[in-house]
Amino acid sequence: MNRWLLWLPLALFGLLFATFATGLILPKDNIIESKMVGKPMPDFALPAAIEQRPGLSSADLAKGKPTLLNIFASWCLPCIAEAPQLLALQQAGVEINAIASRDTPEDIANFLNRWGNPYARIGTDTTSKVQLELGSSGVPETFVIDGNGIIVHQHIGDIRQEDVDMLLKLLEDAE
Amino acid sequence: MKRVLVFLLVCLAAPAAAQTGLPPAPYADRQLDDPQQEAAARDLMEELRCLKCQSQSIADSNAPMAGDMRSQVRERIAAGETPEEVRSWLIERYGNWVSYDPPISSAVTWPLWIAPIILLLAALWLARGRFRKYRGEQ
Repeated sequence: MNRWLLWLPLALFGLLFATFATGLILPKDNIIESKMVGKPMPDFALPAAIEQRPGLSSADLAKGKPTLLNIFASWCLPCIAEAPQLLALQQAGVEINAIASRDTPEDIANFLNRWGNPYARIGTDTTSKVQLELGSSGVPETFVIDGNGIIVHQHIGDIRQEDVDMLLKLLEDAE
Repeated sequence: MKRVLVFLLVCLAAPAAAQTGLPPAPYADRQLDDPQQEAAARDLMEELRCLKCQSQSIADSNAPMAGDMRSQVRERIAAGETPEEVRSWLIERYGNWVSYDPPISSAVTWPLWIAPIILLLAALWLARGRFRKYRGEQ
């Protein structure tokens, strides 16, 4: 048998070792990005989540002005963390609409009373139907939508302080 | 008596760590009336990945979102969509990632299919070499 074949098992071992080592060393990336970025908003119409705000339909997201669509839930902790940033964005003049994921009207009202309500419209998505249409896989998530209803950007996870400027820039570019 | 007690206890049990206060989507845990459609839906659910607990299929997972996905799968199949249509509807939104049966189309997925065949061929070739050697020694 060829001499070099003797080294084959060792080479295979090295390959396997490298594979597993990189798997262990690299941080686990669980983020699933939506493939809907760049595509028009899917058609939907959701009933109002609370009395004080109207429900949300896809037509509300294509009115000529770029908007943010925030997916949140009262049972979601990071949603509390991003509440001040959403309020800051609203004060900067951004129209923010929301989809409440798997939630009850009372819980949503309590959540908004406690942490502030930056939303113009809130639709309630009790069976994640619209969330699945959007390719969204959790809360909180925020979509930047241009005036024609095209999804420009998906922000996965809570909006941190340092993300606010980036989102404002994206909204400006979407004009 | 004991059995009845256990049964009553099970009836009383509430899900301990529910993330949301809402009941599951209508068809999350309810089978379709048509056994053939249910079987088709079931087979598809085994091959769709849960978005929350990514090593499980949506058939295996108790995550509320997996329940919502099961309900969508059943509702769509009950409405006459084929399993492949439902699968591509999800792939369109989440990418090939969401399916446990990835296509051979892309550069990322073809090694998945070809690697076992290459390994098998290599093993056969190695075994052939060995047998030859032994025969030579006899």
